[in-house]
Amino acid sequence: MSIKTAREAIREALAAEMRRDPRVFIMGEDIAGGMGAPGEQDAWGGVFGVTKGLLGEFGRQRVVDTPISETGFLGLGIGAANAGLRPVVEIMFVDFFGVCFDQVLNNMSKFRYMYGGKAATPITVRTTYGAGYGAAAQHSQALYPIFAHIPGIKVALPSNAYDAKGLLTTAIRDEDPVLFFEHKSLYDLQGEVPDESYTLPFGEAAVLREGKDCCVVAFGHMVNIAAKAADQLAEQGIHITLIDPRTLVPLDTDTLLEAVENCGRLVVVDEASPVCSMASEIASLVATNCPQVLKAPVVKVNPPPVPVPFSPALEQAYLPQPEDVVKAVKKTLGR
Amino acid sequence: MSALPDGLDVHGTYRMMRLLREFEDQMHVAIARGTVPGFTHLYAGEEASAVGICMHLRDTDVLCSTHRAHGHFLAKGGDIKALALEIFGKQGGCCGGKGGSMHVADWSRGMWGANAIIGASVPHAVGAGFAFQYRGEDGVAVSFGGDGASNQGAGFESMNLAKILNLPVLFVLEDNGYAETTAASWACAGNPVARAAGFGIPGVEVDGTDVVDVWTKFGAGVAHARAGKGPMFFHVRVPIFHGHYEGDPETYRAPGEVKALRENADCLGKFRARVLAAGRAEAGALEAIDAECAGAAAAAIAKAADAPFPPLESLKTHVLSRSQEV
Repeated sequence: MSIKTAREAIREALAAEMRRDPRVFIMGEDIAGGMGAPGEQDAWGGVFGVTKGLLGEFGRQRVVDTPISETGFLGLGIGAANAGLRPVVEIMFVDFFGVCFDQVLNNMSKFRYMYGGKAATPITVRTTYGAGYGAAAQHSQALYPIFAHIPGIKVALPSNAYDAKGLLTTAIRDEDPVLFFEHKSLYDLQGEVPDESYTLPFGEAAVLREGKDCCVVAFGHMVNIAAKAADQLAEQGIHITLIDPRTLVPLDTDTLLEAVENCGRLVVVDEASPVCSMASEIASLVATNCPQVLKAPVVKVNPPPVPVPFSPALEQAYLPQPEDVVKAVKKTLGR
Repeated sequence: MSALPDGLDVHGTYRMMRLLREFEDQMHVAIARGTVPGFTHLYAGEEASAVGICMHLRDTDVLCSTHRAHGHFLAKGGDIKALALEIFGKQGGCCGGKGGSMHVADWSRGMWGANAIIGASVPHAVGAGFAFQYRGEDGVAVSFGGDGASNQGAGFESMNLAKILNLPVLFVLEDNGYAETTAASWACAGNPVARAAGFGIPGVEVDGTDVVDVWTKFGAGVAHARAGKGPMFFHVRVPIFHGHYEGDPETYRAPGEVKALRENADCLGKFRARVLAAGRAEAGALEAIDAECAGAAAAAIAKAADAPFPPLESLKTHVLSRSQEV
């Protein structure tokens, strides 16, 4: 056990699974970098340096740089998974699914069902998401609810280094297609991460704080925003239960509903655009299962329904901040 | 017309083409009775392509297909009864009744399925080719697409990847002249073989009414791919005897067009005349095959029409690897 960044934790999970299982390979744009170029090989290790160093150990056969051709190489990964390999394909930014979404929507998610249980597509697709880095409208979205909407794929959304390693290991070993969402802010987050491999079960939420006043469910990077809010609230004598679902599909509804029943109040913090968001889904879950336990209306904390702006001032205003969560919790308490 | 190659299994080739034709022509009648749900796209007229190609394939080779897949399914060794049951949406269908005509598959035979998003399955063949190369196997992956698919970006991305990674992928463009109602002559700029050549992929023009031409050229392609020489491209021109889908009024076709195709561009009629003229088969033997195939198709379709629907519990199975409660 040592302190590592999530970047290192994800790299460890990839390397360990590649050592453990010869069927595992990684593929994507510049995941090593420098392919065919006259200069340095492994030039980047992905745009965020997550896969840096894997080329040296595993070689070009298992660390496969691709042209900018998302439909082609995501489809290739799907076919390789159908053939029994364990691809880990990287789509550099979640926004880029715009050019290859058919492979998610009509292909990887459908094969097992529409071919009557005879096909399996054990692919893991890693992607980055999220605002806060001046990357503007086409490189900053938090599109994970779109994927949770589609039956036939699992969706993981780690909020910290420890979960990132364990959930990614589970994803790679899973028999189903898994979409693995990494927030840009995740990579430099540090935490205690065991050196050895471990898995974290999908569909088990983490209960990060326990308090009676309000239940706060937060997703991905918003878990860290909500944790800051929890500290501020605690100073004011308000104690929240903070839940990180960790996977959207499967979703740990039991833990969520139990926490809401215990607290009687619910705030959902979600970086996705508000319409048809995870916040909407959790609010719906409570409204259809246990509305009678609510002592106050559910409060959703999302960005406004606008594209992600560029200017730092606007982007700051766009993103939910700890203060927004504090306000939302107090609203449920009538304060 | 070239001589009949010695290595060609004349009776086997004729039998498979006849089976495909009988199945589709009898399905055409069954569909007209109104008992087949959904949309069906028949392969009649194009049999030489599937048969001439699949005779070179092993069960471990992979075939990725289109919405017009019944012929590919049978030629790759799929079971005719499971095919008919699936098309009727019945229990025991090759996909348990969850796929239908547009998704027929037999994964145990390397028939990875009909895929009804035009062009979507092309990169999956590239992935299958990648897996063969990754494991050091000499398998080949065959991607079927129509002239409609030939304008999809997925196909171009796939050709590029297959070439730069030197993968054993054989791209087959079955050009029946129409993408739904739209003529390929209008919709496709340039020339398909030249397009492949633009990627550095060797391509050949193939007469899809001549199963010998298909068999010969594709045999060379399979040898090329198995030897690690990378992808190839085949532009197979085929006639289509029925409409885009069953029920299509076909008003976009020229008067007399289908009649002329059936008379002059029928791969079965041409092959039959040729093998008889070459003395490679007896007329009686071919007639026996005709009867055998007609009986097999009729039995499969009749059984499917009478079969029960799948149990309703299956609605929620196979969403994920472990049955997901919905």
